[in-house]
Amino acid sequence: MNYHWNWHIFLEPAPNGTGTYFDMLLSGLVLTIETALCAWIIALVTGTIVGVLRTLSSMTATVFGFAYVEFFRNMPLLVQLFVWFFVLPELLPQSWGLWLKQLPHAPFDTAAIGIGLFMSARVAEQTRAGINALPRGQRMAATALGLTTAQTYRYVLLPIAFRIMLPPLTSEFLSTIKNTSVAITIGLIELTGEARAMQEFSFQVFEAFTAATLMYLAINVVVVVAMRLLERAVAIPGYIAGK
Amino acid sequence: MFANFDFDVIRRSLAYLFLDGMTFTLTLTALSALGGLVFGTLLALMRLSGLKLLGRIAGLYVDLMRSLPLVLVIFWFYFLVPYIGQWLTGASRPIRVGAFASSLITFIMFEAAYFSEIMRAGIQSISKGQPAAAYALGLTYGQTMRYVVLPQAFRNMLPVLLTQTIVLFQDTSLVYVLSIPDFLGAASKVAQRDGRLVEMYLFAALVYFVISCFASFGVRRLQARIAIVR
Repeated sequence: MNYHWNWHIFLEPAPNGTGTYFDMLLSGLVLTIETALCAWIIALVTGTIVGVLRTLSSMTATVFGFAYVEFFRNMPLLVQLFVWFFVLPELLPQSWGLWLKQLPHAPFDTAAIGIGLFMSARVAEQTRAGINALPRGQRMAATALGLTTAQTYRYVLLPIAFRIMLPPLTSEFLSTIKNTSVAITIGLIELTGEARAMQEFSFQVFEAFTAATLMYLAINVVVVVAMRLLERAVAIPGYIAGK
Repeated sequence: MFANFDFDVIRRSLAYLFLDGMTFTLTLTALSALGGLVFGTLLALMRLSGLKLLGRIAGLYVDLMRSLPLVLVIFWFYFLVPYIGQWLTGASRPIRVGAFASSLITFIMFEAAYFSEIMRAGIQSISKGQPAAAYALGLTYGQTMRYVVLPQAFRNMLPVLLTQTIVLFQDTSLVYVLSIPDFLGAASKVAQRDGRLVEMYLFAALVYFVISCFASFGVRRLQARIAIVR
């Protein structure tokens, strides 16, 4: 291979004047984490609500939940981001559209909300599966004790369902982090975007991508370890994963 | 809201969108799924071979691919493939690789990791008695896998494999980052040329939605049929 390796490139100043190339990648890493966390909060809240809707006995709620999941699952994330970013402002009344376009962090907001909603459909499926995995007796016992539907979910079903869901939720969270890189197409310069920018400025392709790869691996390891600790902390003795 | 919606721009570009764009997308999806399945099965066999080194290598590869975002992997291969080609052919400079070949290699290598996890689950779902019986009949390892284990594993995992292929179909839209005219890329080209972002992106969303919906509906029916047979 006649490729000129230059690992010192990370210490050289980047032409965009924000410090070295390493600083550039680090700021991308921070943005990736910020976007992923915002998207994850949206995904978790909306996904839980929709997932609960799908387990209710009401026909309307079930159909709405089904439609919601199918809507967000059957379009590529990239297309969804384009629709939120390019199409939505045009369809709204002119003053709203203008306001949307002038938001100072439009790519970040679009990415957080778009990825959040995209992932919420998957979280909803996990929530539904988690709740359906519980023995029927749990819901019946709660009703027999006189709990309302809301109380049944709040105090009986969801606490156990979430513990069952922790391992699949971990991989959904990892997907959220990975999916933030799609936002590069609407101008969010996160970790992959910074690596690409570094490659364009310095022509050191493989150093830039290797660094980005290592950073993504590091995030993965941190998340997996943290979730395993969380799993252990919330485990109920005598239950799944409990001792 | 839809008052100045220009349906004609969609009609005018239909031929380009489907003959060029969708053909590219579907060919890429089909070939990547096939290639990914072959490589994925090999990776799964390596992991289950009982040979420590082979298993370790396959495991590392799968874990690496699964923890990286597809966009980064697309960039990696886009720049790496010319050098690998140079190394393989012994050429004096990095070889030129076309857009289609580059994205095909990327998706095969990336999807292999995901398909291998599915095939591994499928192989592990076969009861131990099956390969044991095959060995007792005097079949070699290759024959056992070829005639006994893999056909059943493949059949059991068919719905999951097809669902993963639908995900792959949606993921191929990410070749957009290399400015390759797949279906979305073609739609985006027309959108920017004619200044009709709203119409083209909504139309693209609709097409992806309809195809994925029909495909997942088909997978669900297939799953029901397989479930009855067993």
